[in-house]
Amino acid sequence: MTQAPSSWIDIGALSDIPLRGARVVRTQGGCIALFRTVGDQVFAIDDRCPHKGGPLSEGIVHGTRVTCPLHNLVLDLETGLALGEDAGSVATHPTRVEDGRIWLDAALLEKRSAA
Amino acid sequence: MMVQKLVVIGAGMASGRVLEHLFEDMPGAYDVTLFGAEPRGNYNRIMLSPVLSGEKTYEDIVTHDAGWYAAHHVTCRFGETITKIDRARKVVISAKAETPYDKLLIATGSAPFMIPIAGRDLPGVMPYRDLDDTNAMVAAASRPGARAVVIGGGLLGLEAAAGLRLRGMEVVVLHLMGHLMERQLDPAAGYLLQKDLERRGIKVHCKAQTKAILGNGHVEAVLLDDGTIYDADIVVMAVGIRPETRIATDAHLEVERGIVVSDQMVTSDPDILAVGECVQHNGQLFGLVAPLYDMAKVAAKTLTAEAAAFRPQQTSTKLKVTGVDLFSAGDFAEGDGREEIVFRDPSRGVYKRLVLQDNRLIGAVIYGDTADGNWFFGLIKDQTNIADMRETLIFGPSYQGGASTDPMAAVAALPPEAEICGCNGVCKGKITEAIAGGAITLDAVRAKTKASSSCGTCTGLVEQVLAVTLGDAYAASTVKPMCPCTDLAHEDVRRLIKTRALKSIPAVMQELGWKTSCGCHSCRPALNFYLLADWPLEYQDDRQSRFVNERNHANIQKDGTYSVVPRMWGGVTSARELRAIADAADKYDVPMVKVTGGQRIDLLGVKKEDLPAMWADLNAAGMVSGHAYSKGLRTVKTCVGTEFCRFGTQDSTGLGIKLEKLLWGSWTPHKVKLGVSGCPRNCAEATCKDVGVVCVDSGYEIGVAGAAGMEVKATELLAKVTTEAETIEIITAFIQLYRENARYLDRPWKWVAKVGLPWVQATVVEDSATRRALVERFDVSQSVYRKDPWTEHARPEERAAWAPLADLTLEAAE
Repeated sequence: MTQAPSSWIDIGALSDIPLRGARVVRTQGGCIALFRTVGDQVFAIDDRCPHKGGPLSEGIVHGTRVTCPLHNLVLDLETGLALGEDAGSVATHPTRVEDGRIWLDAALLEKRSAA
Repeated sequence: MMVQKLVVIGAGMASGRVLEHLFEDMPGAYDVTLFGAEPRGNYNRIMLSPVLSGEKTYEDIVTHDAGWYAAHHVTCRFGETITKIDRARKVVISAKAETPYDKLLIATGSAPFMIPIAGRDLPGVMPYRDLDDTNAMVAAASRPGARAVVIGGGLLGLEAAAGLRLRGMEVVVLHLMGHLMERQLDPAAGYLLQKDLERRGIKVHCKAQTKAILGNGHVEAVLLDDGTIYDADIVVMAVGIRPETRIATDAHLEVERGIVVSDQMVTSDPDILAVGECVQHNGQLFGLVAPLYDMAKVAAKTLTAEAAAFRPQQTSTKLKVTGVDLFSAGDFAEGDGREEIVFRDPSRGVYKRLVLQDNRLIGAVIYGDTADGNWFFGLIKDQTNIADMRETLIFGPSYQGGASTDPMAAVAALPPEAEICGCNGVCKGKITEAIAGGAITLDAVRAKTKASSSCGTCTGLVEQVLAVTLGDAYAASTVKPMCPCTDLAHEDVRRLIKTRALKSIPAVMQELGWKTSCGCHSCRPALNFYLLADWPLEYQDDRQSRFVNERNHANIQKDGTYSVVPRMWGGVTSARELRAIADAADKYDVPMVKVTGGQRIDLLGVKKEDLPAMWADLNAAGMVSGHAYSKGLRTVKTCVGTEFCRFGTQDSTGLGIKLEKLLWGSWTPHKVKLGVSGCPRNCAEATCKDVGVVCVDSGYEIGVAGAAGMEVKATELLAKVTTEAETIEIITAFIQLYRENARYLDRPWKWVAKVGLPWVQATVVEDSATRRALVERFDVSQSVYRKDPWTEHARPEERAAWAPLADLTLEAAE
């Protein structure tokens, strides 16, 4: 499990993300995809498929998985690991949902120089 | 010991339970004064639903009557509202008097949340919270033909809806989310619940955003964002509650979302306790009765100086609607390290889903047969290790112990009279008889016994009977399932969607026994297409079940940018359109402008957030989406025909434009490209299209099932006709037949190879009645789908959704 961040930033409303869909947050270190599952869980992972860099935020969300829109690699939203025969992983980021608002680790504001 | 003064604000279920414990634990320790805003004592609020439905009366649900208060020397001050707490002087203040306390208990409960929309103050708009609300609803229901709209499809809203319906009202439930009771149920169980309620005559409208309540002097109707209007004599708002904390805030007690209490139920003032829905414990709020009763027990101990600590327990939910059986408990979200066991019995409307983690049951959702609910709840609460009973866990306590876990052995052990196929009432003995009689394949057994020929969910069982009976002699069937979520093939799913009138994705998944809770990237787009093709008027297209290109109405490129292709009817454009395209290319820095093989222009490398604005610009010049991204009608390629060409035999350009204007916007199993050539020289390359027309002197040759992709294949002649009108009718019927029958992702050439051209000809050429019916159904579908998606998504209020949710690079720069 990732260590809990010391401070959080309010990113937007849960309802801004479609159910079984995703939205993107731009950071200094590249885009992060925020997913909302059918059970209203929210996951944040880097918006770059480990295979060929596809925008994961545009994939079909099923259960707690997403299928990359470019070549159908399936990733686990919680661990960031590719599933099945495929190898590879993407970074995951802690999220928090409270009163219908989504919060991300404030460290993302500074972290990593522009990619 | 001196008798202390205890003042209680709020005469509800939580404080009532505190007093019961207090008088039992230490009678006479306190001299109690009880204030309540309602002009009556404590009653069982969660039993208001049976009162509303008429199954119980108010008298039945009173928990403390005047005699009880008298016996315990409680001074009752019902109907008197406390306006202030003076902590320095230790008194509470009402409009009438000041009352001193040694200890104070706040149990103000919660207030219904009224959504802030126009018309919410109209007479006839009410919450559903107390006896007065209930009585007002009963009074409204007594008028013949009265109509109610209930806003909120949670526990409370649905109980209100069911009660009003039993009282004879016309009831509509509006629910903001995609399925009912989304906090307690997953979509599958939500679907079954909706079906049950609709069977009772309650209309359910999900994804309903209420815009305003309309009326002149009294509520008359409810208006939704999508323009739907429901007439209403009353509107019941049951969208949620918020803790009633005002008095604590005014007294400067620590209040966040609720009044903050310790494990001992003590607020930030050691002499003031709080219990019930008004409190917040460890960041958590409470709305169900079980934890409230636990709080009451602890508060009573604290008041008598005994050690006790409140620990929130797992709670379970049951809906109190007679005849609706549902149960949910624990945490049933999917997650890493979690496994689920799903059991569906479509014929009985049963759905059970258990969520396991580390060999422990952590959540359960059950619909239709909740007899085992409490057993599952016990396993959740006790964190029982279920490793040994995992295989049979879902069948409940009666199946535990001794039973074999090998499914083959289990099938082998079934007696001959055990029913295998519920739809057709076929028992195991009948199947083994058929096998002995020579039916050694699934199809043969199906033909002979009808087993697994209806809903198909027993197919696996029938195959196991075959395997057990025949041993190695049985060659398992080669039917390729649609995806790992089901054992059914595409063709079976299509057939069952039609014959069993399945009209939503959750309906398909439930009735056909899907093995996952929300499908996968392979089955969801297919189901979405099958449903919209078969039920164009009833089914609501699910954008999240579409592949990126169709969801975003543009083709995604390898770098995540998109390409934009405006439609050019029949490949014909104008100076004005070309200028607008050039302007858009400049304005949005389009890196490449390319002419496509389908006679139009592709703008490549457009950023997602620029799409809506670019579409609006192109719309303004009269252009619409070219659907260059869709499993649907792409292009109609034409030559110039009789208009300009010296060899042209017919107006091929005109026919191409007519076809494109008729067919555009329609969704098909795979993409569809047309060509119309004005003479056999075939400049429009019509003979390798999905549908190609070659004009000749005597009329029109209609070819179908051509290919020019990975496969290259010339079209086959479907028909030769003399008029343009016949050409259009036959092509439309062909497209509709393809839409209704082909499996998802089969191009027409693949589909025709499977069903055979003669059948297609017999259906759309020779049988004119069937042809006309197909055209009619196509027209119905087009009344919904022949529209420009660009216009829809370019609307100003839609545009934000195309941009990033947040841009932290900007904030960091500040």
